Amino acid sequence: MSKVEIEVNGRLTVGDVEDRLLLVDYLREDRGLTGTHVGCDTSQCGACVVHVDGQAVKACTMLAVQADGSVVKTIEGLAGDGELHPMQVAFHEHHGLQCGFCTPGMIMSAVDMVNRLGPRLDEKTIRSELEGNICRCTGYHNIVKSIAAGARAMGKGMKKAAE
Amino acid sequence: MGIEGIGARVLRKEDKRFITGKGRYTDDHKVVGQHYAAFVRSPHAHAKIRKIGTRNALKMPGVAGIFDGKQLTSDGIGNIICGWMVHSKDGSPMNMGAWSALATEYVRYVGDAVAVVIAETQAQAQAAAEAVDVDYKVLKAVVSAEDALADGMPQIHPEAKNNIIYDWEIGDEAATDAAFARAANVVEIDVRNNRLSPNPMEPRSALAQYDEAEDHYTLHTTSQNPHVARLVLSAFYQVAPEHKLRVIAPDVGGGFGAKIYIYPEEIVCLWAAKKAGVAAIKWTADRGEAFVTDAHARDHVTTAKMAFDANNKIIGFKVDTIANLGAYMSLFSSSVPTYLYATLLSGQYNIENIHCNVKAVYTNTVPVDAYRGAGRPEATFLVERMMTTAARQMGLDPAELRRANFIQEFPHQTPVIMCYDAGDFGVSLDAALAASDYANFEKRRKKSQRKGMLRGIGMSCYIEACGIAPSAAVGSLGAGVGLWESAEVRVNPVGTVEVLTGSHSHGQGHETTFAQLVSDRFGLPGENVQIVHGDTDKVQFGMGTYGSRSGAVGMSAIVKALDKVETKAKKIAAHLLEASEGDIEIKDGEVMVKGTDRKLGWHEVCLSAYTAHNLPEGMEPGLKEGAFYDPSNFTFPSGCYICEVEVDPATGTTTIEQFVAADDFGKIINPMIVEGQVHGGITQGIGQALLEHAVYDDDGQLLSASYMDYTMPRADDLPSFEVSTSETLCPGNPLGIKGCGEAGAIGSPPAVINAITDAIGNNNLSMPASPQNVWAAVQAAE
Ligand code: FES
Ligand code: FES
Repeated sequence: MSKVEIEVNGRLTVGDVEDRLLLVDYLREDRGLTGTHVGCDTSQCGACVVHVDGQAVKACTMLAVQADGSVVKTIEGLAGDGELHPMQVAFHEHHGLQCGFCTPGMIMSAVDMVNRLGPRLDEKTIRSELEGNICRCTGYHNIVKSIAAGARAMGKGMKKAAE
Repeated sequence: MGIEGIGARVLRKEDKRFITGKGRYTDDHKVVGQHYAAFVRSPHAHAKIRKIGTRNALKMPGVAGIFDGKQLTSDGIGNIICGWMVHSKDGSPMNMGAWSALATEYVRYVGDAVAVVIAETQAQAQAAAEAVDVDYKVLKAVVSAEDALADGMPQIHPEAKNNIIYDWEIGDEAATDAAFARAANVVEIDVRNNRLSPNPMEPRSALAQYDEAEDHYTLHTTSQNPHVARLVLSAFYQVAPEHKLRVIAPDVGGGFGAKIYIYPEEIVCLWAAKKAGVAAIKWTADRGEAFVTDAHARDHVTTAKMAFDANNKIIGFKVDTIANLGAYMSLFSSSVPTYLYATLLSGQYNIENIHCNVKAVYTNTVPVDAYRGAGRPEATFLVERMMTTAARQMGLDPAELRRANFIQEFPHQTPVIMCYDAGDFGVSLDAALAASDYANFEKRRKKSQRKGMLRGIGMSCYIEACGIAPSAAVGSLGAGVGLWESAEVRVNPVGTVEVLTGSHSHGQGHETTFAQLVSDRFGLPGENVQIVHGDTDKVQFGMGTYGSRSGAVGMSAIVKALDKVETKAKKIAAHLLEASEGDIEIKDGEVMVKGTDRKLGWHEVCLSAYTAHNLPEGMEPGLKEGAFYDPSNFTFPSGCYICEVEVDPATGTTTIEQFVAADDFGKIINPMIVEGQVHGGITQGIGQALLEHAVYDDDGQLLSASYMDYTMPRADDLPSFEVSTSETLCPGNPLGIKGCGEAGAIGSPPAVINAITDAIGNNNLSMPASPQNVWAAVQAAE
């Protein structure tokens, strides 16, 4: 058991966790945040992607103790003040989801993609950047469209904020 | 149609919870006192169980119980059933071996469950499962379909001599042979349909609760058909009587067929909850466990020949298939390589004589059952590879050979049971040819050549059968269930509407499209309509979602119930407005007397139904109607897919340059959702053609049991798709719907392989067309 202090979606919690506890299980079981999913056991599918200190991380590949002192954002914390994040809106408007199981990881990866590469993303870039996320339902067609649109919307938001 | 009615691109109502992380899948549910199950699974493909040692494991921390197959059977839990009886050509019933949810004497595939451990935490359950000591006598395994039939092979089930489950046929063999005798051309091919693992992204999961005080069970499960699950768990497995068992399939993360069946894990968790005296048991598969327990798919070996007359008209088709059904017969396994496969061998073509022989065999592999398309992808792959091969051999354009043989008149009775009710195959072919700029392909081929690349184009004209029906007909062919659907429309006193449906949505967007039917009918906003599904306590009965049946069958049931609601609402309004019933019209949320300004709000009529102060003489209060809908025939979606590829001859790598789909799904309720279904289906088909393969070694070990080894299609394996639709209405149901869920997976694999073989100039290429396979075929062609 180790003591950890982790801020998740703006809420700081101090508690004891088992050393072998994965971050994804910490989020799902200890914090009750079941929006982060588990789709595989080999770090391949990306259903578990969250942001740790602003960077996309596969939560099934990190221990909770490694997140000690970190700020974690999950899909539940993405919308602010009751307003959906532009990437969430884009997935809705472009039918970027079907069963919804890959969706939280897709959206968290997409936001990270824009944070790293900027709001102007072409199809090729989006497709190659999605190599860590598997979707079995959509054939990616509408996910690619959603991310391009979400990125543009995030760009407008960034510009507005800068003005 | 209105902005939220039939035909509108209504954005999905269900999205909000999924994009905010508030979806509630089975594993997200948790109850007080919940324990965890871990299964002890066979590491051997074939072995005799000598002894199961639990002494050490039972002493481990947190363990509440360890149970095996002997305890399960002695508690009267029934063997797992197959829901479709197929008879061999000699009239004998299929040879089915026993399948106990926990193996008793023998294990028959790697992953076969031998015992279950119940413990307080998942980690404790897993640790104890590893400490269970099973003594096996390892036996020789049978892995491939051909090996199963070979002399001197081990017998997997005593009931199935030579491992043959059935030796079935369809069509007139003598007439077909006679056609070959007068043929001008005969084309032969050998085809393998590669074994797949369906891989919905949400692994299967079960949460089984037992309430001792009420002697009542509740099961949350990843199911496409919770009512069928409850029926089977009660009537056949005797876990609990139906009225003491509630099955809930909450949000489900994709199904594709793999979540139709009632697997050993659900049965065991329910039974063990009571036996271990715990409030609840949770089990969730990890991906490795999913690979060795979720039903696999396809796995056919086929030889076929087609006879043409001197005018290039098909006069005969003869097919011989061996289907590998794995170690046990899963719920619909027997129907997939027979009634869902051979009945589609006429394709889009006018073929007078067809004969098909199917041998289904047991092997020491994961049970095989329906996966997106189920039998129809295997049929389409065969027919469409055959058509392209024939065109190549006869020096004809593949498009024109197809067109010359298209069925032109409907209804059309094929020689293999199906009666196609409507279609226009030329329309889809022309649309796909135009969209793919087929006419200018040779120019593009030359351009690729200059870069040292090989370019090819391939097509596939598929037809499939959806909404499997009618109940009486499938019953006469051996189905154990009826294949109708139910619906109930409840109008509340304030005029909002709840629709209870027996269909189940696990990605298809029913909460949106089903609500569109109500919006269309009464002019109500979609937000005033709630779709209720997936809970046996709420919906009385239903058959669930598979075989692209929710549109053609599920929505038809809703239409029938809406008809009854409309009739009653009109009667009430006519009475209140003192008009005749025939003059009443419901539009835009108002109920009016045609051609006058006399009207009532929809909500006023609804409230009147419940206050019952002033109803027509003898009318019962309330506004709630139910309906069961049993279709009169299958529906027949069809279309044409064209794929263009570029192959690098040095590496064997294939790039899909364009993929065009022209589908005819009949009436479309929401084009956005239909397109999404097509995109997803095509991707699974491309996955089968290029990437996916469930591979066993000779000892029966599954080599591809993780995403490191089983290649799932990823975004950068694919292009964007060019999809279009035409609407030849289906005459068989009130909306004219055909169904769209599986077409993409059915039509795409042959288009891809026809394109690659065109590029490399070698017709001999099996799926998946991995770089290694393609490179070898390029070498062989040189
Ligand atoms: S669950 Fe983390 S990558 Fe699959
Ligand atoms: S929407 Fe189902 S896995 Fe992506």
